[in-house]
Amino acid sequence: MTSFLNKSRPPVYCPGCTHATITTQLDKAMVALGLQAEKTVIVTDIGCSGLFDTFFNVHAVHGIHGRALTYATGLKLADPELTVIVTMGDGGLGIGAAHVLAACRRNLDITLLVLNNFNFGMTGGQFSVTTPTAAVVSSDFLNQAESPIDICAIAESAGASYVARCSGLDRDLSEQIARALSHQGFAVLETLGMCTGRYTKNNHLTPGILETLKEEMPATPGVVTKNQRPEYGTRYRELSRKSSGFFPALGIEKKIDLPGYRRQGVAILGSAGMRIVTAGDIVCHAGLAAGMNVSMKSDYDITVLRGPSVSEILISSGKIGYSGLESPTAICALSDEGVRRRSSVFAGLPPDTIVVREKTITVPETAATIIDVDFRECKIKKENWALAAVAVLAKKTNVLNGEMLRCALQSRFTGRAYQDAMALVTTILNDSRM
Amino acid sequence: MALSLMEGNEALARGAIAAGCNFFAGYPITPATTIFNSMLKMLPGTGGICIQGEDEIASIGYCIGASMAGKKALTATSGPGISLYSEQISFAVGSETPLVIADVQRLGPSTGSATKGADSDIQFLRWGSTGGVPVIVLAPRDVLDCYLLAVYAFNFAEEFRCPVFIASNKEIGLTKQSVNLEALSLPPVINRSLFSGTTYLPFAAESGESPPFLPIGGRTLVRLTSSTHGADGFITNDPEVIAQTQQRLRDKIEGASERLTLFAEDIKERSKTLVISYGVTSCAVDDAVKALERDGRAVSTLVLKTLWPVPERLLREKARPFQRIIVFEMNLGQYVREIRRVLCHKTVEFHGQMDGRLISPQTIIEVLTSD
Repeated sequence: MTSFLNKSRPPVYCPGCTHATITTQLDKAMVALGLQAEKTVIVTDIGCSGLFDTFFNVHAVHGIHGRALTYATGLKLADPELTVIVTMGDGGLGIGAAHVLAACRRNLDITLLVLNNFNFGMTGGQFSVTTPTAAVVSSDFLNQAESPIDICAIAESAGASYVARCSGLDRDLSEQIARALSHQGFAVLETLGMCTGRYTKNNHLTPGILETLKEEMPATPGVVTKNQRPEYGTRYRELSRKSSGFFPALGIEKKIDLPGYRRQGVAILGSAGMRIVTAGDIVCHAGLAAGMNVSMKSDYDITVLRGPSVSEILISSGKIGYSGLESPTAICALSDEGVRRRSSVFAGLPPDTIVVREKTITVPETAATIIDVDFRECKIKKENWALAAVAVLAKKTNVLNGEMLRCALQSRFTGRAYQDAMALVTTILNDSRM
Repeated sequence: MALSLMEGNEALARGAIAAGCNFFAGYPITPATTIFNSMLKMLPGTGGICIQGEDEIASIGYCIGASMAGKKALTATSGPGISLYSEQISFAVGSETPLVIADVQRLGPSTGSATKGADSDIQFLRWGSTGGVPVIVLAPRDVLDCYLLAVYAFNFAEEFRCPVFIASNKEIGLTKQSVNLEALSLPPVINRSLFSGTTYLPFAAESGESPPFLPIGGRTLVRLTSSTHGADGFITNDPEVIAQTQQRLRDKIEGASERLTLFAEDIKERSKTLVISYGVTSCAVDDAVKALERDGRAVSTLVLKTLWPVPERLLREKARPFQRIIVFEMNLGQYVREIRRVLCHKTVEFHGQMDGRLISPQTIIEVLTSD
């Protein structure tokens, strides 16, 4: 390939615009590296740098302002053989800063060309995140109250493994671009340029001044030694090979025949950290062991290890529609805040509803039958109260029986957790006090 | 027959994988995070990719990029994330990029209640992109539907080259149910049709159809953009070309409305009332209607599983014989606007609720018997 440039679509930049030079030099770099058009994609941002993809005969994506790196990341992860080149102006750099930082930190093999011409060219010369405080731009005084960023310093500190700054008019620009492109990892190349349509109309900027600007700014290393590490895609694929992969849903066979089972609804009222959801799971698994349909709805706050936690389980031989629990046949009252979360349900309960109450817990007035249990006396830790209460349900209610509970523990737990749960449940099933 | 216990979010993830999904990117958000968790457990070890974006905008952007390279991509979020997706949804619409977006809805507006359900986003999903181009929105009613509709969503995304939403709800996503996946009959998996001619123009399509696909990174060069373009993917100012594309983007979805219409019905000959609902609310409607039937009152039901494009013909046909039409929604009146628009010659009653609780069968019975 002697040139990737699309002869029918020559650059359309203002006379003297550095973008035109960069276009030619990028092409030269691509040719020098022997890139294949069908394995190269240019992803462009918005603004004048967003026109780049139209000048080249390679794959092209032209996206939304600031988001070019997001498509580039998806493309590179999907097809690791692609050479991915992103062009972005100083505008895209500002609005898409989170993506620039993430790309630096991740180190996926993408080359980002930041075409810094110190202002928004296409929209009329407004100030950007790189506009000097003293510059005269169309944003009136606004840029005078803000300070420009040094993207190379930011990229380096964010973990980019290649960072370089140059003038877009450097004689060796194509070599500099080629070095960035051939780097294995995330490479940032900032090119300082002249926006002749807007910026240079009010700000004296020449190739010589660009050169001085570049020299006055902190030096950039190219390859950043301290940030060298495996390329993200390579590392991702290496790590993902150790991942377990697809596993089919666990099917639970019916093991117990329970003719005449009547629909049951259980509310387990406790607090976060009391394994309320796990206990609900156990009740569900017990139902499944008897070939029943089950559903479980949980209610908890956004806090972790604090606040009420409620699980509501329905077990039925028929189809379950609505998953809410209007009139439970059994309740486990295990914390005051959990009970408060469902306090309205107690008043309407009939006498054949069983409430298993840890004896320290207050429950509202109810006609339901209350069974008090003293888990403290039995030296059961609070995080096991919910499972212990389910074992009490197995003894005292029609929700489940001991056999269903044992099957549930077998399907829900393995190893040590299974042994501990089985030991606890067996103790309660055999304890004459409960 | 072995039953499995799983929540709607896991079922949605499993359905996506059954449909051939091999790329997921997302950002943690309650109540959608467990879709991400499930994909992370299942995708990477089988050659798929699952990553966490730095924000929602990036997550959906990764999916769009991956889809452009030929992957079948899923992302999942809730209301606050859907808001951030908005510009990328528009981009996917304009660049005709297949993509499935799960919105496990929570109570809005804005941050609202992270752990409370609501059908908050039903109109936002349709209109939350620029240009007004139609999108496809499917609404599961239970855990099994999450699995099934994920397969349909991917099939539609691939065929119509557009983003397809699954409008789930916290009350489905985080609710566990026993399901029999083995007994489920799935539609055959559809993959986007690949171009096989000689000169490829990435947006050349018959009117009312989506263009054949070729991936970025394949032997034929591809240009993709949402900027107003001609068939070749280059920006155009030609009003005729612009008009044709606008019309085609609209027609490819609205023209297929009947094929896109998924629903369930229980029409009883003796009944004079039709209840129209969707999502988790339809389960309570079923229970309420069964209870009323036991008391000798026949009520018919229509459950919409495709919300957008609005199944207008279905609504008109099904509603025709009924004197009373009632819509139940887990919000204060979003989709009922469409039903009233379509059934403009009928009085459409509405009952909505948005307080973090499910609409109960008892409430529905009270509304239905208050005539």
